[in-house]
Amino acid sequence: MMLEIQALYTRYADLIDEGPLSQWPALFVEDATYKIVTRENLARGWQLALMSCDSRGAIEDRVYAIENLSMTIPRRYRHLISGFSAAPQGDAWNVAANFAVFETIEGQPTTSFAAGRYKDVVVREGGALKFKEKISICDAASIKNSLVFPL
Amino acid sequence: MTVHERKWDFNGTHRVPYWVYTDAEIYAREMKDVFARSWNYVGLEAEIPNPGDFKRTHAGETSVIVVRGKEGEINVLKNQCAHRGLEVCRQDYGTARVFQCPYHQWTYRLDGDLSGVPFMKGVDGHGGMPDDFDRKDHGLKKLKVATRHGAMFATEAEDIEPLETYLGDKMLKLFDRVFNGKPLRILGVSRQRIPANWKLMFENIKDPYHASLLHVFLVTFGLFRADNPSRTEMDSTGRHSALISRRSTNLAPNAATQQMASFHEKLELHDKRLLDIVKEFPDPATVVMQTIWPNLIVQQQANTLATRQIVPAGPDAFDLNWTFFGYADDDDAMQARRLRHANLMGPAGFVSLDDSEVMELAQRGIHVDTERAAVVEMGGRGTEDHDHIVTETAIRAFYGYYREVMGL
Repeated sequence: MMLEIQALYTRYADLIDEGPLSQWPALFVEDATYKIVTRENLARGWQLALMSCDSRGAIEDRVYAIENLSMTIPRRYRHLISGFSAAPQGDAWNVAANFAVFETIEGQPTTSFAAGRYKDVVVREGGALKFKEKISICDAASIKNSLVFPL
Repeated sequence: MTVHERKWDFNGTHRVPYWVYTDAEIYAREMKDVFARSWNYVGLEAEIPNPGDFKRTHAGETSVIVVRGKEGEINVLKNQCAHRGLEVCRQDYGTARVFQCPYHQWTYRLDGDLSGVPFMKGVDGHGGMPDDFDRKDHGLKKLKVATRHGAMFATEAEDIEPLETYLGDKMLKLFDRVFNGKPLRILGVSRQRIPANWKLMFENIKDPYHASLLHVFLVTFGLFRADNPSRTEMDSTGRHSALISRRSTNLAPNAATQQMASFHEKLELHDKRLLDIVKEFPDPATVVMQTIWPNLIVQQQANTLATRQIVPAGPDAFDLNWTFFGYADDDDAMQARRLRHANLMGPAGFVSLDDSEVMELAQRGIHVDTERAAVVEMGGRGTEDHDHIVTETAIRAFYGYYREVMGL
């Protein structure tokens, strides 16, 4: 089971880092939640997210905006995901893992961009594992300029 | 090159020399002549609702503690021990009975007064402070404080005018539009370090010309377009300004969108709740972006309300602290709506992401040749209010006041 869960996360990271990002929303179920939050807001009980999607439709809108509407300096993210734990809960698994994301802006050296923890709910749909809920919790309160892609 | 050699070689402000964004001495002067002499926004009272609640923030570059005292009053204290200068407060938020420096445990009350100095009278007849040492002379430095309907301001300037006079009638009215006296509810904070000069942030908000071109998202969904009914207003000094606009109901392509390289006519959201805007202010405006000298932006776009605090960090960078809020009497649906609309703003905002990116490009480009100057002539060369957004008048007005304050 753990291997299958890890494969989902590998695919998740690959679609963001290597693309195509347009296939990334397919890793979520229809009524999924995707959020990037900071530890600071969580600690204060504040619900604000840096990105907040309440449905797969909203996730698709976010991807469309990244690819077609936003003006961004060309860059690439690189995810490292480790330290998995998974606990079954009914038909789902509560999965936690650490993430580190490096950013490479075109023409500049690679820098560390974000580190934090995933608190996710994974379910099986049509034979494949998908995210029902994915919350990326950033350790730092501050973002190095712009947050362009999902974490 | 020193400041006294710097000459603003133009009459008026339709040219802005690039060295105002890069020169270290200009920057140092700004800290003294702009930030230390102005009302600095330091946060919302709802962030620190109870006695002892504090936040750490900045006024200009100065680290300050904003703390609610025993009687509910707001104190703003320099975060610097009177003994050896250490930062006394090491947390962004918290609740305290006293502030104690970790080094020698000098202890301060919530109003900044020094209450305890270990071994002040010596130990077994040894040491101790001189007889004339008076704790009253060694508190945390207190800043002057003003609040307005839940927003908190502080200044080191003793002789400054009251906040209401500082804002002026026109800007006060717009400020009170969002800060209308209703209790606020904090939804959260976002922070980003933008690698650009702090003034570029102000100019960005004072420049509606870019908004109708750069922000494809805004234009596509009619939130901000060159053909929307709009106004650009300043206070009598030119230091504060506001952009006021109304959303288009007709989203068809026309002369305004024709000139946009990337207008997307047929775009439909999968999840339409992102823009399920509810009218909540009595006037017809759907967006009001107010800039208040020298460090505050008040944002109302759709149903997302936020303050943005500018904290300068050298000529080439600033921190932007966003505080998203609603009203305490918002129902659950309104709170959920505000949180969804917050997707437009912040470091990953559908709209503001474009801005942090162009500010980085601006700062990089300016360094190519700092002896050249920006051309700021859209809408003429004057600094009067305009009833449209095809203008850079608010930037010119801002620099009119800036030149005066900086003696440039």
